[in-house]
Amino acid sequence: MKTPSFPWLIGALALCAAGIQAAEPKPIGDQLQRRSGAAYMSPGLQAMQADASLNPGMLWVKQGADLWQKVPQGTDQAKATCASCHGDAPSSMRGVAARYPAFDEQLKQPINLGQRINQCRIKHQQLKPLKLESPDLLALESFVAYQSRGMVLAPPQDERLSAYVERGHQRFDQRMGQINLSCAQCHDERAGLRLGGNLIPQAHPTGYPVYRLEWQGLGSLQRRLRNCINGVRAQLYPMGAPELLELELFLARRAQGMALESPGVRP
Amino acid sequence: MAQTLIKAPATAQRGEIIEVHTTISHEMETGFRPGDDGKILPRNIITSFSCHYNDELVFEATLFPAMAANPYIAFHVLATVSATLHLTWQGDRGFRHTEDLPIQVL
Repeated sequence: MKTPSFPWLIGALALCAAGIQAAEPKPIGDQLQRRSGAAYMSPGLQAMQADASLNPGMLWVKQGADLWQKVPQGTDQAKATCASCHGDAPSSMRGVAARYPAFDEQLKQPINLGQRINQCRIKHQQLKPLKLESPDLLALESFVAYQSRGMVLAPPQDERLSAYVERGHQRFDQRMGQINLSCAQCHDERAGLRLGGNLIPQAHPTGYPVYRLEWQGLGSLQRRLRNCINGVRAQLYPMGAPELLELELFLARRAQGMALESPGVRP
Repeated sequence: MAQTLIKAPATAQRGEIIEVHTTISHEMETGFRPGDDGKILPRNIITSFSCHYNDELVFEATLFPAMAANPYIAFHVLATVSATLHLTWQGDRGFRHTEDLPIQVL
């Protein structure tokens, strides 16, 4: 008598489980009220981010301000520093970071802010590009991004970018890695819930380059993306890979209109 | 060159207790971690921090490898006279950084 009742029970449970899943669809993307990762942080961390004399990311901004004025080694021309072309960064660089990644006319492909700085070094300063994620590049990047603090993200509505954004969107929705999770499953469907002990934010790239307490340092959006990709045990894209840039482009569109808070502080 | 962030009031009332917040950029390499080549990276940390107020030592700290990179140190000072707060960080490999902070006591 016992055995025949089991298939019934299992069937009923399976139906129940399916019913629960179907009855609780989580809102996705733009239906959700968008919140920056900072909104999920403790008041202490929020205060740390807001106060320029406590935010450790400002160490990089200050370093970037020095580099902006400094004649790089191996050049002694008149137009050798960033400042000699761009002048006063607070006015000339205002709003620039809010428009990146953008399409580069000469490379015929989209590039992010760090790559733009490197292009500038190659073309106008006749210098070698800085290594991606190197301290000097991060310093310049955060210095430029800081000039747009408080402005809204305004990714360019460039036709040439749409294919890249679309691919980024597909990658965001695509399952990957041994854990077989997509970005969307955590950051759209389960944002605000917990993964282990950590709150899952909505993944808006508003604070980059960001000072992560876990890193004890500043890092770019691509570093963060690689972190996540590593977390789902997928094969890592190398730093500067087109796949990461497509994701950056999509995330910028997704967060369009949100305020920039670089340099952000995250736990 | 090390960068610092310092938060302290520029003026204070006599007898007021002021709070000084300092952050300095430093990797604070512990001396226990292996590098990319598998060899242990030599220790490189800040070992001491001090604050002299009007040439008198008012605060001192000893730092150890367990402290995080870019150490943040905050302390209190009793404002008695208009003078300079002289901050000094010292560490391995001859690391030394100083900052002068004038404070006006009303």
